[in-house]
Amino acid sequence: MLIPVLIGMSIITFSIVHAIPGDPAKAILGDKATPEAVAQLKESMGLNKPMIVQYLDYVKGIMTGDLGTSFITKTPVAEEVGPYLAATMELSLAAMLIAIFFGMNLGILAAWKHNTKLDYTAMVIAIIGVSVPVFWLGLMEQWVFAQDLGWLPSNGRIDPRMAFESITNFYFLDALIQGDLEAFGNALQHIILPAIALGTIPMAYIARMTRSSMLEVMSSDYVRTARAKGVSEFLIIYKHTLRNAFIPILTVFGLQMGLLLGGAILTETIFSWPGIGRYVYEAINNRDYPVIQSGILLIAFIFVIINLIVDLLYAWVDPRIQYGKE
Amino acid sequence: MSANSTSLTSPTPSPMPDTGEPKAEAASPLGNVWRSFIKSRSAVIGAVIVLSILLIAVIGPLFLPYGYNQVDANSRLEAPSAVHWFGTDDLGRDVFARVINGARISLWVGFFAVTGSIIVGSLLGLLAGYYGRWIDVLISRVFDILLAFPGVLLAIAIVAMLGPSLENAMYAIAVINVPTFGRLMRSRVLAIKQEDFVLAAKAIGMKDRRILFKHILPNSWTPIMVQGTLNFAIAVIEAAALGFLGLGAQPPEPEWGKMLSDSRQYIESAPWTMIFPGSAIMLTVLGFNLLGDGLRDILDPRMKT
Repeated sequence: MLIPVLIGMSIITFSIVHAIPGDPAKAILGDKATPEAVAQLKESMGLNKPMIVQYLDYVKGIMTGDLGTSFITKTPVAEEVGPYLAATMELSLAAMLIAIFFGMNLGILAAWKHNTKLDYTAMVIAIIGVSVPVFWLGLMEQWVFAQDLGWLPSNGRIDPRMAFESITNFYFLDALIQGDLEAFGNALQHIILPAIALGTIPMAYIARMTRSSMLEVMSSDYVRTARAKGVSEFLIIYKHTLRNAFIPILTVFGLQMGLLLGGAILTETIFSWPGIGRYVYEAINNRDYPVIQSGILLIAFIFVIINLIVDLLYAWVDPRIQYGKE
Repeated sequence: MSANSTSLTSPTPSPMPDTGEPKAEAASPLGNVWRSFIKSRSAVIGAVIVLSILLIAVIGPLFLPYGYNQVDANSRLEAPSAVHWFGTDDLGRDVFARVINGARISLWVGFFAVTGSIIVGSLLGLLAGYYGRWIDVLISRVFDILLAFPGVLLAIAIVAMLGPSLENAMYAIAVINVPTFGRLMRSRVLAIKQEDFVLAAKAIGMKDRRILFKHILPNSWTPIMVQGTLNFAIAVIEAAALGFLGLGAQPPEPEWGKMLSDSRQYIESAPWTMIFPGSAIMLTVLGFNLLGDGLRDILDPRMKT
């Protein structure tokens, strides 16, 4: 299952350069390029070889960690992509934490107070949350919280004036390792707005799924029995119900990661967050095809891996699910 | 636009189109569907929003005192007033006129992309589900691969290949939505092809094509319509996202996403250039989401989440 998907992904990303109408070398160099320069680039890109050979070369490159070299920075993509990936992972993780915490609790609240004003309010918040475009939400946040109120910074990962050395490219981890609480706080301030923008849509989906899945479980016999036995409402919800309501929630979580990674491109562009999404976006503007190609492949690869992890989590959450057995 | 309205103004497709088949979950007459539609708050609110936006898109531009591309150097970045309801942008263009005209673009893109992906997805799903074997394996794998990409990312990749334009954005959005409909149709076909009326049709020697298009397709329509409404919302957001990134509509088209990206420079001095186009996107998406949710609950309770 995983192998054909990976092969298909590599074909699609390979096509990005090769499906450009006309001559990719010309498209890359622009209209004013001399025929010699075009010929040279063709040679260096291997565009003179048969298509199948080019594709196999491309796949061989990926397998050996060669993701191509950026036309703009002249640096191998594999070398420069590390910090961008770390920045995106940090942001996505923060967004997911927000989405899970608020989404699940909003859903639980709505299910617990089913058919009350609280339930309706929670669901109105959720349906609006599902419908708000992430890039607009980001701009609104910048306007209100950064420009107007001046509470939080609107750009970047950390104040550039701070003397902060990053070792792992994960700023929070680095700040903790170095015991630099000021840098930690500063990074936290920077991540709040983009993380909220990115986390809102998944939050809303998780809230809706949690509510419906909790409602289903809450009407089951064992919950009624627990209630009859006098188990506290808190334990019923967080221990008895939530665990069994978790499978559908987990599915939504897996699906939302795709939305999150797609949304990262938009969020990172708005908040000048130096992540993989912005890296790809700038490459598109610069027609930096190797970066576009590898960036998209990397994001898709991460998405596939996350879905694989979610599949494995199913079995962990619900031991009744077993893979490999009919 | 006229074709557009047919899709949008018929929110209550018959769940059981008249196929002459006695089978399937006791066909609920249209009247019942209409009654539950009226009762469903979200369906009604959604339908009202969608119809209003449709109306605005069709006739709104006729009543505007300004053209969407009418530049006025003397009234640049003016705040909302009685003259310019939504203010003006950096070129002195009326934001209200641009937002109203933008509705045409968004609905058109949504309609084209969703219709395209329904047609292609349904056909592929029909083939995969009905014929099975290698056709199913091949088509399902293609769906898996397309779904392995985050939607917006794949759209960006496609537009990066084809070159930025509204038309290419439409194609890209259509392509990324194909697997959703394909999988849905496939699962419906797999269920329906075991039904007695299909087996009977086969037994009397009916041709495959007739069985597919006369019997299976009409009986699979309901979930496709519901999903289509929900995907309309997704398509509108995706089109705006591509426009925002400069990969969709090009200037001076009054596309909502593009308007938002143009407004970024003036967030502080002229926030209205950002507030109104964004609200328009949100309202449109909200309308289709509410309508889709409502229709799903009414027409296809099994899909309920």
